[in-house]
Amino acid sequence: MSDTTAAPSAPTHGMGAILRHAQYVIRENKVTGFAFGLFVIILLAALFGPHIVPYDPLASNTSAALQAPSARHWFGTDQLGRDVFSRVVVATRLDFAIAIFSVVLVFLMGGLAGVAAGFFGGWTDRIVSRIADTIMAFPLFVLAMGIVAALGNTVENIVLATAIVNFPLYARIARAEANVRREAGFVQAARLSGNGEMRILLGHILPNIMPIMVVQMSLTMGYAILNAAGLSFIGLGVRPPTPEWGIMVAEGAAFMVSGEWWIAFFPGLGLMMAVFCFNLLGDGLRDIIDPQRRT
Amino acid sequence: MLHLILKRTALAIPSLIGVVIVTFLLTRALPGDPAAYFAGPAASKEAIEQIRVALGIDQPLIVQFGRYVGDLARGDLGNSLSTGLPVATEIRTRLPASAELTILGLLVSILIAVPLGIFAATNPGSILDHTCRILTTAGVSLPVFFTGLILVYFFYYQLGIAPAPLGRLDIFFSPPPRVTGFFLIDSLIARDGEVFLASLKQLILPAATLAIFSLAPIARMTRASMLAVLGSEFVRTARASGLSPGTVIVTYAFRNAMLPVVTTLGMVFSFLLGANVLVEKVFAWPGIGSFAVEALIASDFAPVQGFVLTMAVMYVVLNLLIDILYGLIDPRVRIEA
Repeated sequence: MSDTTAAPSAPTHGMGAILRHAQYVIRENKVTGFAFGLFVIILLAALFGPHIVPYDPLASNTSAALQAPSARHWFGTDQLGRDVFSRVVVATRLDFAIAIFSVVLVFLMGGLAGVAAGFFGGWTDRIVSRIADTIMAFPLFVLAMGIVAALGNTVENIVLATAIVNFPLYARIARAEANVRREAGFVQAARLSGNGEMRILLGHILPNIMPIMVVQMSLTMGYAILNAAGLSFIGLGVRPPTPEWGIMVAEGAAFMVSGEWWIAFFPGLGLMMAVFCFNLLGDGLRDIIDPQRRT
Repeated sequence: MLHLILKRTALAIPSLIGVVIVTFLLTRALPGDPAAYFAGPAASKEAIEQIRVALGIDQPLIVQFGRYVGDLARGDLGNSLSTGLPVATEIRTRLPASAELTILGLLVSILIAVPLGIFAATNPGSILDHTCRILTTAGVSLPVFFTGLILVYFFYYQLGIAPAPLGRLDIFFSPPPRVTGFFLIDSLIARDGEVFLASLKQLILPAATLAIFSLAPIARMTRASMLAVLGSEFVRTARASGLSPGTVIVTYAFRNAMLPVVTTLGMVFSFLLGANVLVEKVFAWPGIGSFAVEALIASDFAPVQGFVLTMAVMYVVLNLLIDILYGLIDPRVRIEA
């Protein structure tokens, strides 16, 4: 395990080669470069959003309500006179956090369950596969609605519901990848040198399928954002006046028919760009890590 | 063929059992004491205890589950707290609205996506090929409620050619006599051209929203699978034998390329049934999705549970139909069965 990072001078192995390959992919594929740039912007907005915005995202000012985009208010103001630009930027952190936490959670649940199912087979496999099949029997967004309704209308439960509906995807990929490696040479070598099965699973199999799981996590981020925004659009989880893209679109929806398009448009645009960015980034990451799966 | 259908139906039964167990567990997960919750904040201890017995939650879990299954077998999904009406009745009356919308959206989507995908695959590098690629990448990133609102803004507010996004029929019209519950079909049966046009007008925007949403995966899959088939040996042989390009594409390539597309339809349905809820909210569509959303906001759990169950059962049945359709298209599946 230790020699993957220890050989920067070898041109065909190790970190150096990966970095050079990454540079090559970004240079060759302008779209991935663009997505990476977008990702940096989203990350900056999520980290520093509340400190760089021109207005307080919660401060209402009814004398300046429903103003169209201008130099003063780049994205206009909403029905309470709050600055839409500030709200869209500040919302990045919450939307990003929901997506990150749900993706990490589903990796911990689905990824680990899938690896165990693929490696041990037998009952573990049957139970994990049965759980995955049962979740797959539901339309995913509908199941997420049901879970949030049952567990309680909170942001934490939106994270949990988004993680649960992605469980089958992770479990299946991890299972398939672990399954092809269970009798691999390095696993048998580890077994012969006296490693326990749990240790082989966590120390040898898991690190080997990590690259594929990371690509999957990036690809799922976009879906996680969409799912969470959809739930808050129908009034679950995030409550007003918290700035969050889904709920902002919902608040602006009523004004779409009377022509105040900016209230719903800009948060929707933010949502779209974030999802677009993660989808492209996932494709790019796959090209870097796993070039054979390129489509 | 009958053997195949029976076998596939048998495979759907474990899914249905899983669905029933999960929806049961979802009620059990209700935060706090369900009896206190149903009784309201002002209820006395005795009243809560009474409700506990009435709801049957003083019984062991397995007994409760048996009761739940028994109720389901009789088609009883409980009563809505806010309206007091049986949930099953409400879902039955609202289901056609959702179904009409979803089916029309999917039809439009298939009619555009499949030819687009085929054309993109047969003319790689053409403008349509690039259009297809942009559409499929952008389409999966578009939140469905956002698309709907944009369409409302342009076609209702700006151009004024679409009706207000307020339900299935303008208030000046009364719905056609109920036969199927599908306004388009019922108005034709009643020979009422005006109502037909009016309900079609209301349907266009929401159906287009759903179509745009499901366009991307179908077009992408059609293009990819058509490309794979066109590169295969039997297509090369057909071409070498001097068959016309049309015959090769339509008779030889298309039928084989459709197999993976039919499989993708299962996944598309999963997304479509979820997107339906959001579209119904945007267009104030009186379907089962908006019924569930209203109940969710009012913390009225029985309708939500009934909705989740109905959607899941429909989804299992749809997947079953897709599997059977697959067998109809692909003779190999029939022989294996």
